[in-house]
Amino acid sequence: MQVEVSGSAVISLLVDNESGALARIVELFSGRGYNIQSLTVAPVDEHGQTSRVNIVTTGTQSSIWQVKTQLERLVPVSRVVNLTAEGPYVAREMALVKVVSSGEPRTEALRIAQAFRARAVDTTASSFVFELTGSTDKLDSFIELMRPLGLVEVSRTGVASICRGPQTIQNF
Amino acid sequence: MTRSTGSTTLNARITTTLPGAEVLLRALVEQGVDVIFGYPGGAVLPIYDALFKQDHIRHVLVRHEQAAVHAAEAYARSTGKVGVVLVTSGPGATNAVTGLLDAMMDSIPLVCLSGQVPTPLIGNDAFQEADTTGITRPVTKYNYLVRKPEDLAPAVHEAFAIARSGRPGPVLIDLPKNITVGDAPYVDAKAVTPRTTRMTTQPDRAAIARAVAAMKAGKRVLFYTGGGIINSGPQASETLRKLVALTGFPVTSTLMGLGAFPGTDRRFLGMLGMHGTYEANLATHACDVLVALGSRFDDRVTGRLDAFSPNSFKIHVDIDPSQINKIVHVNEGLVGDVGQIMALMIEEWEKQPAYAHKAELEAWWAQIEGWRALDCLRFGQDQAPDAVIKPQQAIQRIYELARQTGRDTYVSTEVGQHQMWAAQFFRFDAPNRWLTSGGLGTMGYGLPAAVGAQIAHPDALVMDVAGEASTLMNIQELGTIAQYRLPVKIFIINNHYMGMVRQWQELLHGSRYSESYSDALPDFVKLAESFHATGLRVTRLDQLDATIAQALAHDGPVLVDICVAEGENCFPMIPSGAAHNQMILGPEQEASSATISKEGQMLV
Ligand SMILES: Cc1ncc(C[n+]2csc(CCOP(=O)(O)OP(=O)(O)O)c2C)c(N)n1
Ligand SMILES: [Mg+2]
Repeated sequence: MQVEVSGSAVISLLVDNESGALARIVELFSGRGYNIQSLTVAPVDEHGQTSRVNIVTTGTQSSIWQVKTQLERLVPVSRVVNLTAEGPYVAREMALVKVVSSGEPRTEALRIAQAFRARAVDTTASSFVFELTGSTDKLDSFIELMRPLGLVEVSRTGVASICRGPQTIQNF
Repeated sequence: MTRSTGSTTLNARITTTLPGAEVLLRALVEQGVDVIFGYPGGAVLPIYDALFKQDHIRHVLVRHEQAAVHAAEAYARSTGKVGVVLVTSGPGATNAVTGLLDAMMDSIPLVCLSGQVPTPLIGNDAFQEADTTGITRPVTKYNYLVRKPEDLAPAVHEAFAIARSGRPGPVLIDLPKNITVGDAPYVDAKAVTPRTTRMTTQPDRAAIARAVAAMKAGKRVLFYTGGGIINSGPQASETLRKLVALTGFPVTSTLMGLGAFPGTDRRFLGMLGMHGTYEANLATHACDVLVALGSRFDDRVTGRLDAFSPNSFKIHVDIDPSQINKIVHVNEGLVGDVGQIMALMIEEWEKQPAYAHKAELEAWWAQIEGWRALDCLRFGQDQAPDAVIKPQQAIQRIYELARQTGRDTYVSTEVGQHQMWAAQFFRFDAPNRWLTSGGLGTMGYGLPAAVGAQIAHPDALVMDVAGEASTLMNIQELGTIAQYRLPVKIFIINNHYMGMVRQWQELLHGSRYSESYSDALPDFVKLAESFHATGLRVTRLDQLDATIAQALAHDGPVLVDICVAEGENCFPMIPSGAAHNQMILGPEQEASSATISKEGQMLV
């Protein structure tokens, strides 16, 4: 049998904004043994009736295809697009990164933050909270660099994604 | 596939306002409901009160909520309608869970109404509160907690649409007591656009043409049919018959698909899979084109996956896109209603050049007849008058004697060896007559299923082929049978063992019969009598036919305790982890199966 390679995929959904809808999606992943790396959800239409859910998952091509068809079966789900499979897309997230240090490490942290275009959204004599937006990779490397410089806490939003160009999730 | 967004849409103005319970019943009537299987309790008292005041809907009082669901399943399966269940909050709802999953696995359309504590109390651990939508989410196709009166009627209408559409399944509506007591607006079904309409699938004509071309090129084609054909409706069974007549190809079926094609037709090879026939399994292994029609490559069917039908071009027709390529990679996946797609296949078959492999098809049939000649279901019944009855003999005679009555017959089963023997020996000529728990294998299904079938078909012959262990799991339904005077015929194939468990222990665990003996059984004859039914017992071969005939002739409920040989095993059998061409045909071969691998032992 051929061994399929695993990769990660960004799946975007439009979902009726009703109680239980998110639970249904999350339980589908846990119940069938699929994995969720990150998940974001918020209403996106003018009346607050439809939410967009972005899920980063990993798996073989066929298991990701399975995830997609399983998601399509859910009643409150009106649209499912595997952005990774459909062409170029933008995927970005935000992180809040707290660094507690003084002296040389503190100046070094500030210097790296500037290089990454991270903003210091809270500053005290002994700490910074940096806000950084970008790709998951960029956030990962920023956090790695902060680790020896007094990193104490991280809060990340998970990925929001959208396809490039004039196309929308509606017309795939 | 196209989809639009937005929740259930209301298209019309609200006309009437009524107490919620009356809105509920009115919506049920509009959906064509004539029977509800249920059990009362505090949270559903307003609904029971509304039921009391009307005469459109009949309520059947079961003796346990699990039984209500199984009865509704059988009602649905045998009529093609949506089955309806009504249970109270808390324990009423949790008792229904097994039945809901059973319906989910076997794609049975149900609507289950559950009571709930009033909305202001939800989350407070109120008396008989349960997070019913949370508990039932994974065992239903969809569920609702109705929080606002205006959501009530639309939820009911949409629930029926969801239960019926696509791959059918159970839907639960949780009804807080303040919603059923308070006033709610009534809206008609036609004023509601269910979200099922978001999914519209048109059959892919080009793919059908390619599939038919592959069938025309095939020299050893096999149809592998499943429960999807039953779900599609009787018309689909008709279409299957036409397709088979036109092509001349052999047919095998899953457990759930039995009856879609006549069991007595020469072109039917019997069931395939773990306890399928020799000819069906070898044909599956040897075919060069396998056409799966409304079946889902369940592990009971495929056996060892990498050896399943290894050299065939595979075509898979299913209404649920997520089934295609889920387990077995197929060459052509056709999404849509199986009846409709078979009709298009027929059109295409007639359009394309004539089938050019007539000689090879004949050779294929000759090979199949060779396999069939082995007579894999044969069993050696000692013919002495006082001989111990073999379970196969009992089941075969029940089938033959019931057939001789000429009556329209519905058969339910429990779960175990008797279920597999019934699947092997009963030959159904029509769909919707065979009621069994396939996907979940729920012991305790058969007796309540017989209740549901008899309620739906009061004049038909309804039989439950049962095991002594399974029957005890819902034995309380003898009370329901008595109350409604249901002339159900229960045949307990009493081998004093959880036979199927004993068989696996014999095969896989060195005959260590750990906890599989049915000890301290009740006297089933007296048990039947205490529930106002007729009880019969038979222990010797020479009384078997007369006893079965006596039961069939009686116009009330009968329970027959058929005491059979204890040690019989169900063959053929593909042990778990083995391939179709590694079937065990009988006890002679059992010894060699001691080699079943550790991996095989891990499988269920
Ligand atoms: C609710 C439930 N519990 C356990 C099982 C596992 N199981 C499958 S068959 C079987 C034995 C059934 O015994 P019986 O009803 O006497 O049927 P027989 O196999 O003897 O014909 C058991 C315990 C099951 N299928 N369902
Ligand atoms: Mg038994």
